[in-house]
Amino acid sequence: MSLESLQDLWLTYQSTVAFIGLNGLLALSVYTTLSCGQLSLAQAAFMAIGAYASAILTFHTQAPFAVNLAVATLAPALVAIPLGLPVLRLKGVFLAIATIGFGEVVRIFFVNLDFTNGALGLTAVPQRTSVWMIYAALAGALFVLWRIRGSRVGYALEAIREDEPAARTMGIHAARYKLAMLALGASFAGLAGALEAHYTFMVAPGTYSFTRVVDMLVYAVVGGTSVFYGPVVGATFLTALPEVLREISSRVGLAPGPLRLFVNGVVLLLVILFLPEGISSLPRRVRAWLRARREAHAA
Amino acid sequence: MLLSLQGVRRTFGGLAAVDGASLEVGTGEVHGLIGPNGAGKTTLLNLISGLIPPTSGAIVLDGERLDGLPSHVIASRGVTRTYQNIRLFPALTAADNVLVGAHLKRHAPLWRRMLFLPSAAVEERAAREATLALLERVGMTERAEERASNLSYGEQRRVEIARALASAPRVMLLDEPTAGMNPGEVKAIADLIRGVARAGHSVLLVEHNVKLVMDVCDRITVLDFGKVIADGTPAEVARDPAVITAYLGGEASA
Amino acid sequence: MGQQIVNGLFLGSIYALFALGYTLVFGVLDILNLAHQAVFMICAYVALVLVVHLHMPMFAALPVAVLAGGLMGIVVDRVAFKPLRGRSDSNIAGLISSIALATILEAAVLQVFGPDVERFPFGAVPTRSLKIGGAVVSELQIVIIAIALAMLLGLTWLLRRTRLGRRIRAVAESPKAARVLGVDVDRVIAASFFLSSALGAAAGVLFGLAFNNVAPDMGRSVELKGLAVIVLGGMGSMPGAALAGLALGLLEVFTVAWIGSSYRDAVAFGVLFLVLVLRPRGLLGSAALREA
Repeated sequence: MSLESLQDLWLTYQSTVAFIGLNGLLALSVYTTLSCGQLSLAQAAFMAIGAYASAILTFHTQAPFAVNLAVATLAPALVAIPLGLPVLRLKGVFLAIATIGFGEVVRIFFVNLDFTNGALGLTAVPQRTSVWMIYAALAGALFVLWRIRGSRVGYALEAIREDEPAARTMGIHAARYKLAMLALGASFAGLAGALEAHYTFMVAPGTYSFTRVVDMLVYAVVGGTSVFYGPVVGATFLTALPEVLREISSRVGLAPGPLRLFVNGVVLLLVILFLPEGISSLPRRVRAWLRARREAHAA
Repeated sequence: MLLSLQGVRRTFGGLAAVDGASLEVGTGEVHGLIGPNGAGKTTLLNLISGLIPPTSGAIVLDGERLDGLPSHVIASRGVTRTYQNIRLFPALTAADNVLVGAHLKRHAPLWRRMLFLPSAAVEERAAREATLALLERVGMTERAEERASNLSYGEQRRVEIARALASAPRVMLLDEPTAGMNPGEVKAIADLIRGVARAGHSVLLVEHNVKLVMDVCDRITVLDFGKVIADGTPAEVARDPAVITAYLGGEASA
Repeated sequence: MGQQIVNGLFLGSIYALFALGYTLVFGVLDILNLAHQAVFMICAYVALVLVVHLHMPMFAALPVAVLAGGLMGIVVDRVAFKPLRGRSDSNIAGLISSIALATILEAAVLQVFGPDVERFPFGAVPTRSLKIGGAVVSELQIVIIAIALAMLLGLTWLLRRTRLGRRIRAVAESPKAARVLGVDVDRVIAASFFLSSALGAAAGVLFGLAFNNVAPDMGRSVELKGLAVIVLGGMGSMPGAALAGLALGLLEVFTVAWIGSSYRDAVAFGVLFLVLVLRPRGLLGSAALREA
């Protein structure tokens, strides 16, 4: 393996690696609310807010990129709070629908805003994101979630997820925790939006659609939502898979687009039916199965 | 009087599940609440713990009104409970369940944990130890790391009591804690309840096991059709003709 | 003004037809079937293929496509929902598995037909118009409204007057009680999916005809509007879905006329959001929808 061929490899797969990181961050943004039992599908809108805010700052100010990213992280969180107050009272699927509605309203708003060039979006956004920045952001998000697990807050979140009314009778202020998680997820999504905008050179409202947030949900579910790193596993698997498929599809004569979609759907279906705790639970399950076999043989 | 209910009423549709109930529980007192099925006992507990608001009447804890407050605030005032159909968090271990119960007692700012400060680790260790002590008190030490959904009925009930104790409540509401238990287990729960009361916590005990109630309680309130039909010491209640007619005579279960 | 009303009712009746299927399944199972829009889309293609390649006249292709949709619904239930019954997370899990199925179906269509818009051949669709009052109404619009109305009435009759309808309503109220009373709950659920998807299929064919536009992504936007309709009408309420569908159609048409077309879609979601925040049970819905 010469240095040159390594460099070639990097050039070919750099964007895949970048998107694995971005999708991981996005999957985590859906996970934060799932971790306390709430399904929020507004993350595409939060991503859009972060993307537009940071792009506008890039175009109109001389602020360093770190400032842009900070704003992109904070702004969606601030929006999440007035959204969450009325909406987090809703049960299960109604919360999901309300957040879908919110997401669509935001998307349509951006499509119609002249200031941001409407449906065409902002183009020629300078590339300020590097792959290591993406992974630093991802690592940061993972760190936060890791430290929350096993803390007093983490236990409260798990309790809310398992049985919210019972959790409340233990003094857990469920509404506040749910709101905090919504805001945290929003900030992850906003950060990812800003990073992506400055990587792909553009901010287009069509990117922040219901389809996009469904993708994020799929990454999280396929990876597994009972551990904080599960969504990243799912994002890695589902982002890398098309690259593998691309090789296969050209040989089999199928169009890569539909094939990727098809495989995504099949993977998701298989996971939800047979491996509900996601791919990340596979090692644990295999170990348990092996242990059971050993015990059966010993008996 | 620590906890007092004054004319508490709760209607569903047109029916009154609880119809003008009043009772008082003193500090360190074990107060029984008995009555036939459907008398409104669990509804009363739901009203006190804030799961549902009363239609009218007052619930007062140490001079402060509880009625109408959200359940997490009521819990913070020192009222915890167990449930008739056991509501442990199924995916959590027994120890973790009790740890959640200690939520109000823990003061662990998240940022300290983020920075790996030793004070955070110290706090966590202390919380863990307190949890294990509570589990020992209810005799669940060996099963502490078992998932709640894998525990037997009796074990789950004991963990639920430990969870309710974890925040050192002023008043503990127990909803049929010995349902489905054998006499040995019932005795263990009775001892536990007496110990809890001696330590200064008040207990409001809803039970069908009349013998247990007579043994363990300082005072008893009898409910029928949502109304209080008797209130007094076990001896007084046992003699009360209204109680005998409505309840003890027909459905004594020892 | 009359013209707007006609257009609004026309659009609204298609929304209503789509939403009826959505809300039927939700009423029975408490689950949102997000594969509904895939059936909607596929059956439009079925009708297209029947007309273009088998030279079927439209009035024959429609019922065939509707039947195909119904059968597809049974498959959706069998594959995506039945295996999850009994699981504690069945609501969200069902949502996700229906998304998965929808993705698979959409991919299949994309592979076979490609992403471009297909159109019905000239002559398959009536093109004459009439003038009623001050409005121009096309024959097609009348036919579509009539079909939608007929299906709505048919569904109402079925639910009110037939044994199956009674069983469906029983299961919707309480599956456990229904089972105790001897109802084959799984069969009833399959039947509900059949009906629901048949309605969705009809909506798809009519939609494709109405706008002469059949594409793999046609289900996406209607799906979200459908959510707005069932929320507005009240989840699980069929008259609610019908009423709200018509209302949304009218609302959208008037918004375009008075405010501008760019905000047309925002209306649906604005309404959706407001309803959930202010009156979650919608116009005709029942039951508490907030947290315990």
